[in-house]
Amino acid sequence: MDLIRLKKVSKKYKNGVTAIYDLTLSIQKGSFTFVIGGSGSGKSTFIKMLYREEKPTTGQIVVGGVNVVKLRNKKVYKLRRKLGIVFQDYKLLPKLTVFENVAFAMEVIGATKQETRAKTLKAIEIVGLKNKVHNYPDQLSGGEQQRVAIARAIVNEPKLLLCDEPTGNLDPEMSMEIMAVLDHINKTNGTTILMATHDQDIVNKMQKQVITLKDGRLISFKEKGGYHSDDDDI
Amino acid sequence: MMTIFRMIGRGIRDAFKSVFRNFSLSLASISCITITLVIVAISIIASFNVENFAKKIESDLTIVVFMENNADEKEVDNAKKEIERMDNIDSYKFESKNRVKDEMSKQSDVFDAVMKEWDDESNPLRDTFQIKVKDVEKIKTTAKQLKKMDKVAVVRYGEGMVDKLINTFSSVEKVAYGVVIALVIVTIFLIINTIKLTIFSRKREISIMRLVGASNFSIKTPFIIEGMVLGLIGSIIPVILTTFGYLTFYKHFDGYLFTQIIELIKPEPFIYYASGLVVIIGILVGMIGSAGAVRKYLKV
Repeated sequence: MDLIRLKKVSKKYKNGVTAIYDLTLSIQKGSFTFVIGGSGSGKSTFIKMLYREEKPTTGQIVVGGVNVVKLRNKKVYKLRRKLGIVFQDYKLLPKLTVFENVAFAMEVIGATKQETRAKTLKAIEIVGLKNKVHNYPDQLSGGEQQRVAIARAIVNEPKLLLCDEPTGNLDPEMSMEIMAVLDHINKTNGTTILMATHDQDIVNKMQKQVITLKDGRLISFKEKGGYHSDDDDI
Repeated sequence: MMTIFRMIGRGIRDAFKSVFRNFSLSLASISCITITLVIVAISIIASFNVENFAKKIESDLTIVVFMENNADEKEVDNAKKEIERMDNIDSYKFESKNRVKDEMSKQSDVFDAVMKEWDDESNPLRDTFQIKVKDVEKIKTTAKQLKKMDKVAVVRYGEGMVDKLINTFSSVEKVAYGVVIALVIVTIFLIINTIKLTIFSRKREISIMRLVGASNFSIKTPFIIEGMVLGLIGSIIPVILTTFGYLTFYKHFDGYLFTQIIELIKPEPFIYYASGLVVIIGILVGMIGSAGAVRKYLKV
């Protein structure tokens, strides 16, 4: 079953730059997919359109049964509750502890205290930060901070986890730690993961589904593959 | 339903946290609210006292109608009926010339000696009506109406003085209302500014709230409550000033301002009402200001 479906999607920004040209693809439930491409290839725009941060100029996007294009501003939160989002810069709240940062995502959607506590602890355990629950973000390494962000993204048990360059600020070792966490979430919870990256090593090592974008166009969609230079020639 | 309550609870907690977290910023707007509310409180106390005084003067105002000396009983009766029919009449008191004579006789021996000579026919005094009106502002018209009645000689109501008093009071009231309204508007703008700064200082938090799927309601609520909390805290000093200030003022002047004519309103329960009004104005102004800021700067 398809969790994400795009049909003839184009995105032209107000400043005249076209980021995505005529993109049609679908992503299956439970899959782990990399979105690769150089700077300006449209990776970020693609991800942003999936969580309705950007609206496509033309075309159709359906995420988890929600018609994203037709979604009114007031109802965007209904889509966001179905997904988790992880960013390159973690986006943690510096004045809150690890626990509070993760619990924040539950609290703001109005969960009960018991539910918040139980799910928060579970999410923190999944990312392996059980012993740092009461630390503040500035007391953690970059990899640990990103793991907090992942915990926050999965605490609500979303069907889809969107990651926009989650390893962009991390060294290779920490990057692999993060990838292990994401792989674990994908395998045990069945969470669909879509990750934009330009880290060749990661893509080559993981051997997952790969979408390659170049200058806003889809140039390849491989079932299993790496980040090979021959992609650029297609 | 429970979710809404939880969100409001969270909103209140966040609002207090935010007030103390951005303390210097909050302090600025709290001081502005405080200053405004102090002036509002003074205006409220002043205008209530002026109104109270005006009402008292008004209730003391009397139109005196002197009948012609030769008006007989029937004519006086007709006048009575006519007065009863007029719509601006609150109450009236009739004094016959004989009663006036008797009363004056009692007051002094000299009067008594002279007046003894008078009988009904030769009594030079006149029958009088002392009339209280419902609406003092229409006193002039009522007096004119009274003057037109049969056998009415003179109508008196302290014309010049009354008109002046009424004019002064209504303009004092208008100025007081004007000052209060202007200050409230200024305060609303200050609160809009403060909440705007809070919104900017919490941009990160708001963007994360949006990303994790917080509804617009739960994003807005803490800011609106924060405005109300600012208003509430800002009203503490004005309430204390109102209560103790007015009590001291009242005691110092012994309940009268300058002369025995101007009587101040008794402090209890007046100060409680005035304080309540100040708190309500503070909270409302905070709420309106933050709602304005939220609509303007929180694009949800």
